[in-house]
Amino acid sequence: MTMDDTPFPAAREAASGAPVAEADLHAYVDRQLSPARRGEVEMFLSIRPDDLERVCDWQKQNDMMRGLLGPAVDERLPLRLALRPEASSWPWRSVAAGVLVAVASAAPAWSVRGWLDAAAMRVALAVPATADAELAGFAHRAAVAHVVYSPDMRRPVEVGAEQEQALVTWLTRRMGAAVHPPALSLLGYELIGGRLLPGDKGPVAQFMYGSASGQRLTLYVTREIAGQDTAFRFAKDGPVNVFYWVEDGFGYAISAGTNRDELLKVSQEVYRQLKPA
Amino acid sequence: MRARDEAEIVACMPGLRRYARGLTGDRDRADDLVQDTLERAWARFSLWQRRGDLRAWLFGIMHNHFIDRLRAQRSRPQDAAGGEIAELPQRAMQADRLELRDLDRSLQRLPAEQREVLLLVGVEELSYREVALALGVPIGTVMSRLSRGRERLRIELQGREGIEPAVAKMQLVK
Repeated sequence: MTMDDTPFPAAREAASGAPVAEADLHAYVDRQLSPARRGEVEMFLSIRPDDLERVCDWQKQNDMMRGLLGPAVDERLPLRLALRPEASSWPWRSVAAGVLVAVASAAPAWSVRGWLDAAAMRVALAVPATADAELAGFAHRAAVAHVVYSPDMRRPVEVGAEQEQALVTWLTRRMGAAVHPPALSLLGYELIGGRLLPGDKGPVAQFMYGSASGQRLTLYVTREIAGQDTAFRFAKDGPVNVFYWVEDGFGYAISAGTNRDELLKVSQEVYRQLKPA
Repeated sequence: MRARDEAEIVACMPGLRRYARGLTGDRDRADDLVQDTLERAWARFSLWQRRGDLRAWLFGIMHNHFIDRLRAQRSRPQDAAGGEIAELPQRAMQADRLELRDLDRSLQRLPAEQREVLLLVGVEELSYREVALALGVPIGTVMSRLSRGRERLRIELQGREGIEPAVAKMQLVK
């Protein structure tokens, strides 16, 4: 074998029994060979110590590069990347930028990756076709926001419950109306904190609660739903159950992985507390 | 744009971010690159229409932005090498951390076209075909860049063993 600068002729894997070329050695390192060809390359390497050494060095390069760059996946994105709702010509874009922050800060990000993908898809399929489109869209965004932020153990909220007054002031100012997190301690859920999310037409508040057993529950509050008050509606798929309703110009959605009865109990309590006096 | 498409793009983001870091060797520049890629992806998504692998498409967008930035940088040479030296830690580091630091600097000294292939293949684990798709070059070109890049990196890393970093740098930089 020689290491010259000519491009490899092998555009795809060489047929079984063909002489081992340098392209095969790279493909061996990168695990892009069929098991049969892999065995042939191993036979070849067993009698070629120089090539074996080179292959080992290449493997080590891959390992080191992964070690060097792996941590970048877990680092938090700067805010300038995340919040650009005003430039949005497409409602999902700003949400997705927020989602990006969550993915980048979720730990361990690689395990979250496939799960988030699958979960978001299931949620997407759960939107009831018969429901009013706008209302369904709002419940859907609530469910996606729940799926995205609730597994984030390091930073599930922007402002923690220890600064509840500041949280309320901030959200009220941004939402343009008084927004308070209901107290759910009696039902076993403590406020973790809240965050502001971009919605379809305006900002959305998300409050997160946690139970002693680690169950997460989110309350999503939006003012972008125009129209009539509605009764409780329920949407469900896979891990996420959502109760949602509209009251006095506010849309509320409660999402959690708990069962429907438990979630209904919470929803009734939230409804009771938030209903204008 | 459906939620499913959006979820697929979002699922590619950790890899895009890691790739950008490897390409630029700098956190801020990497995040700029991710931001540009994301914006372009959203804007152009309707043009993609599932005609190929989404990951390769996204890495392709990042490749184009990266090349644009390289060209812009070359016209401002005072910026080109900035930062690298200043980022070196002053305190003693453990050997494996130093080794990674060496690797980072060696990677940044590779020609950009070789660095791209090494990262896409070795870290992002794209197939050679996907890399060819993302970079818009024949698969033979991918293989030759891979070969040259790996050999050059091998020599650089071997050459560093037992040599003081400053001396090694002088010997290795052309």
